[in-house]
Amino acid sequence: MLLLIPLLPLLGFVINALFGRRLPRRISGGIACASIIGAFGVAVSSVLTMLGDPSHRIEQTVFMWLPSGELQVPFALYLDPLSALMILVVTGIGSLIHIYSVGYMQEETDGEYARYFSYLNLFAAFMLVLVLGASFPVMFVGWEGVGLCSYLLIGFWFTKQSAADAGKKAFVVNRVGDFGFILGMLLIFTNFGTLDFQNVAAAAAARAPETAAIGVMTIGTLLLVVGAAGKSAQLPLYVWLPDAMEGPTPVSALIHAATMVTAGVYMIGRNAVLFAHAPITLEVVAVVGALTALMAGTIGLVQNDIKRVLAYSTVSQLGYMFLAMGVGAFGAGIFHLYTHAFFKALLFLGSGAVIHALHGEQDLRNMGGLKKHLPITYWTFLIGALAIAGVPLLSGFFSKDEILFRTFVGSEVNGNHGYPVLWAIGVLTSLLTAIYMFRLVIMAFHGERRAHGPDHAEAAGHGAPAAASHGHGGGHGHGLHDAPSSMAIPLIVLAIGSIFAGYVGVPHALGGSNRLETFLHPSFEPPAHARVLTTTAESAGVGVRPAAGQHGEAAAEAHGDLESTELTLMGVSSAVAGIGILIAVYFWSWNPQTAAAMAARFGPIYRLLYNKYYVDEIYDAAIVQPIKLISTSVLWKGFDAGLVDGIVNGVGQVVNTTSGVVRRLQTGSVRTYAASLMLGAVLILGWYLWS
Amino acid sequence: MVPLNYYLVLSGILFAIGTTGVFLRRNLITVMLSIEIMLNAVNLTFVAVGRYIGTVDGQIITFFVMTVAAAEAAVGLAIVIALFRHRETLSPDAFTSLKW
Repeated sequence: MLLLIPLLPLLGFVINALFGRRLPRRISGGIACASIIGAFGVAVSSVLTMLGDPSHRIEQTVFMWLPSGELQVPFALYLDPLSALMILVVTGIGSLIHIYSVGYMQEETDGEYARYFSYLNLFAAFMLVLVLGASFPVMFVGWEGVGLCSYLLIGFWFTKQSAADAGKKAFVVNRVGDFGFILGMLLIFTNFGTLDFQNVAAAAAARAPETAAIGVMTIGTLLLVVGAAGKSAQLPLYVWLPDAMEGPTPVSALIHAATMVTAGVYMIGRNAVLFAHAPITLEVVAVVGALTALMAGTIGLVQNDIKRVLAYSTVSQLGYMFLAMGVGAFGAGIFHLYTHAFFKALLFLGSGAVIHALHGEQDLRNMGGLKKHLPITYWTFLIGALAIAGVPLLSGFFSKDEILFRTFVGSEVNGNHGYPVLWAIGVLTSLLTAIYMFRLVIMAFHGERRAHGPDHAEAAGHGAPAAASHGHGGGHGHGLHDAPSSMAIPLIVLAIGSIFAGYVGVPHALGGSNRLETFLHPSFEPPAHARVLTTTAESAGVGVRPAAGQHGEAAAEAHGDLESTELTLMGVSSAVAGIGILIAVYFWSWNPQTAAAMAARFGPIYRLLYNKYYVDEIYDAAIVQPIKLISTSVLWKGFDAGLVDGIVNGVGQVVNTTSGVVRRLQTGSVRTYAASLMLGAVLILGWYLWS
Repeated sequence: MVPLNYYLVLSGILFAIGTTGVFLRRNLITVMLSIEIMLNAVNLTFVAVGRYIGTVDGQIITFFVMTVAAAEAAVGLAIVIALFRHRETLSPDAFTSLKW
């Protein structure tokens, strides 16, 4: 049953890969959508089965994959609350993106169309293997698979140099992370003797947390974090994600929302017990997450490419998730992953609709005033922007506040140790999020249409190269069309999701019961104790906080304090979201000149941000160029051309020279030969007669 | 009865004459004749030693050698004729193009 979930998209991939070129696009797109929607159906029924099972887990061993002495790795799939949520997100959001793509990719030729959908299916299949894998190696199959597919999809328009480069960059940067993942996996195997997640969790639970000393678990988890940072685009390996914008927009949505980047966060959640026993790693994760969130947020503030702004916002939101994981609030992190999937998919698909309507225009400076031409896109996009900004009662609000609250007060995992500094960074980032999202909304949808960039007067436009190259003239929206239904329906569904997705995790402070976290909680517990703890928690009426529930009234009082803290924090972040939106409206709608004036006034800072802190340039100078230099001068010219070729050519040279001398013996004169025969015979005879 | 050593010395002398002929003569036909002398020197040794030991083995081998010599003469002379037609000379030094 579980196997069917990744198998269906894989089947779609196989069909489209083998016969796609000969199928009309209606059928190849239909197969792709049907397979992922089918997977969604199977996923829903599997989750229902799982919920019906009292243990809340299903495990399916498909076959024995690596039976090798101590290393016994079955190809096993595992469904528990955590992976259940993930498969629903992957297949659900994935289905919407597939449907959207049917409309978005309409301009491709038949073969390309099928190729696109086959990659998309393969991507979903690998992501599902990643999520459902019951052990590190199975997860790693999916882990590598999504890396491959991201390469294929980002470089989908491979005839464009920048797209091909971006694909390569994503692949190489991910490879760095994967290296850490492999090392971490090996370390875990040598120490725990198993690679199965549950066995690892049980083994880790049996050990004391490595609070002071850096031990095996700390190093192992740190290595895993390197892998997670690569996949989930955290410092210092986030550089591939903004460049991933070179791919088709639905691909960006898929990579950013439902798949791929969530893999790192999911992996930490999957190994929550192990990470909980390595507090040092958790602190590293939290700090990395907070710094990434802040840095990406500041960069997002000044970018002009609509997709690039969204890309940095993804990096920033992933930083939040890492922050949540780092403070031990695994449930909050996964909650944010889940809500983020909705509104980020929505925002990307919305931006795709804008780009589609403008025939490939991505520069915010050339947009504006699209509100009246693209009403569906506008309203859905606005909902997404409100949700990501953390406006109260939308989905992003609940998950983001849960994270900020947990950062402030800590969680039972890290002994209720809060990080006010990280919290402050989080709030600042949330302010930045609101500002850049509304900057985006205002620049794209409000005001007057700036069809030909800030440098050209609007009326002067018809002959401008930008208009000519896009085959689209006129600054007043001629030929602007809103999203076709195949694109509009996913947008609307996602918009509804962005509003309501958060209501599965309404916190206690607002009278909810935080059901999602209670639901996920068993997944973050060592397997043997999981059920016991949750039941205690539930009977004590505390739900997610079993540690607090065990101490009776004193705890209940502290709990009340916590709730008031949570309410205060919520107030702060709601206010921050509002302020952020107001700032954006002030700068880009009411006083557009001020923004430019500010940029001019803080020129150095603006340029620093605009050039993304020069990180790409620094990496280029510090890593890429030295590697190139060493490869060229030492490895290529020194080792390969010098040593290896030298040996090979040297052997040939020696043979050649020797033969040149020796061949002179073949004179062609028969009598010389006879003489040497004679001489030989005499010598041999003489030798025998002598001795 | 003539002692064995006499035969051996005689065949040694014949062999030396043949060898010298092969190396020194400038005519291919003479060279072939010299080879015949060498072969017959060996034949003489075989027969003499066979007689000395008291078996017929020496004589049998001699027949073989004679057969080979006949064949060699046939092939060799054919080659000599072919070479002569080609180069109009019989000096072995004229035929040295089969080299490096």
